[in-house]
Amino acid sequence: MLRRTFLHTAAGLTGVAATVSPAWALVEININKGNVEPLPIAVTDFIAGGDLGQRITDVIAADLKRSGLFAPVNKQAFIEKISNPDQPPRFEDWKVINAQALVTGRVAQEGGRLRAEFRLWDTFAGQQMTGQQFYTQPENWRRVAHIIADAIYERITGEKGYFDTRIVYVAESGPKNARKRQLAIMDQDGANARALTNSNELVLTPRFSPSRQEITYMSFEGQQPRVYLLQLETGQREVVGNFPGMTFAPRFSPDGQRVIMSLQQEGNANIYTMDLRSRTTTRLTSTAAIDTAPSYSPDGNRIVFESDRGGRQQLYVMNADGSGQTRISFGDGSYSTPVWSPRGDLIAFTKQSGGKFSIGVMKTDGSGERILTSGFHNEGPTWAPNGRVLMFFRQPAGSGGPQLFSIDLTGYNEQQIQTASYASDPAWSPLLE
Amino acid sequence: MSRTEISAAGRMQTFARNPAMLALFMGLALAGCANKKNLPNSAGELGLNNATPGSTQDFTVNVGDRIFFDTDSTSIRADAAATLDKQAQWLQRYSNYAITVEGHADERGTREYNLALGARRATSTKQYLVSRGVPANRIRTISYGKEKPVAVCDDISCWSQNRRAVTVLGGAGM
Repeated sequence: MLRRTFLHTAAGLTGVAATVSPAWALVEININKGNVEPLPIAVTDFIAGGDLGQRITDVIAADLKRSGLFAPVNKQAFIEKISNPDQPPRFEDWKVINAQALVTGRVAQEGGRLRAEFRLWDTFAGQQMTGQQFYTQPENWRRVAHIIADAIYERITGEKGYFDTRIVYVAESGPKNARKRQLAIMDQDGANARALTNSNELVLTPRFSPSRQEITYMSFEGQQPRVYLLQLETGQREVVGNFPGMTFAPRFSPDGQRVIMSLQQEGNANIYTMDLRSRTTTRLTSTAAIDTAPSYSPDGNRIVFESDRGGRQQLYVMNADGSGQTRISFGDGSYSTPVWSPRGDLIAFTKQSGGKFSIGVMKTDGSGERILTSGFHNEGPTWAPNGRVLMFFRQPAGSGGPQLFSIDLTGYNEQQIQTASYASDPAWSPLLE
Repeated sequence: MSRTEISAAGRMQTFARNPAMLALFMGLALAGCANKKNLPNSAGELGLNNATPGSTQDFTVNVGDRIFFDTDSTSIRADAAATLDKQAQWLQRYSNYAITVEGHADERGTREYNLALGARRATSTKQYLVSRGVPANRIRTISYGKEKPVAVCDDISCWSQNRRAVTVLGGAGM
């Protein structure tokens, strides 16, 4: 559906490969340094027959800006008008407006297909940093823009991007005491939103499969609260397992072959997995407490979850077979909804303390806790696939509804994700294939 | 007789946590004063509702279909026990009903935990009713967590109304 090739260095710049190593370039962002000064970047309108070039570059610039790591230069300040993106630009014209990086490109319809190409230039080094070309269906133009933004992000930061991704979430409408909820999916920038369910049943906590076009979620269909699977392409649904009570808080294992969830029996909630091929279920915890919100480490060897076995909700880590259950959170207040970072290094959580709900991260042994945002009610973090950004929902005090926000690990770059209705329970997809 | 008085007191506390019920009770209290009568024990005694004995309306209005919980607690309070005692008596008199106990939580918790907390509240309510003679096989439980609040303001007065267990005649309702 989408083919990518690398463009060799533009004419006149011999000897600089498209995959130049970061050490060669002057333009580099070290995102481990904390509060990063955004890098000024000029994103020129791609050469095109109509306005598609501008629409694509607007999406690219918006992605880069929202990351907090880039500051797109106002187009009004541009001096050189790019007319042939195959030729090196006049670097002096871009240096004088302090654009440290420059993006040029072209887009064209060829035999019913869309061809898009871009080049990223280091203006102070006078070098092409990368160049790539894509063929795809015309309706995929936003995806092409996100893929180009990811390539720019990766080339300059040295980290994988996260723009060619989707968010599954719960779209909420109506008054608080009669709220309607639908599963919905959108691009990570809020575009292309569509509903996945349309009935009046209560649906909660959708989560992406890491390996298939599939989500797992909880539904109260038929007044039977259960964990379900939903195939995104066919709309086919099925109940996960045949459990004797409410199942909830589902997530996939990193290989996509298991669903881990809680089973409620009388007053207790314990954690189970179900293998999606053999349909066998395994019980992992066995307490008279509420054990829930399990999340696998990216290598699949460990699981973080919340439990009130010690009184209030705290975070615990166990091995994938349920052995070695160890408490890791010891701060003031209670901790819940832990999610293991896709990089493996951190656990994000919701913390309740002093009448506030905060989103924070800690190392996997519980040390190094950092609160990223705090207020009346912030809940339910989900990681971007590069482990650099979290999305969560924020419920204001009063009769309004929740909205989605993202924040990066520095805690400085908080952004609202625009949705047509109230929205909660976001879950970030892996990078699309 | 003392049993009746305890029930009435329990119902007053229950009413006090439900604005609609409170308004109804205040109205009755004023009517009682105007007529220089004693406070009625129930709406039915004033003839202000014509609920058929044994009907859903009779259960909801004259017995009380819901109890309330303290923050993060699943314990049956004294006022709740009084309501559940009346529910148990009524359910033994009208033994044709199966019931669903719905457990709910307030919004000051995270989603997954509140689903489990609501289930605990429904379970403790069911266990109390069973201890008062209602057969366990007539009682189904379900938790809605924090997803179905009845009161929508953002302070303690609302949250305390949302921490509840509601006894619904028949299957799962709402």
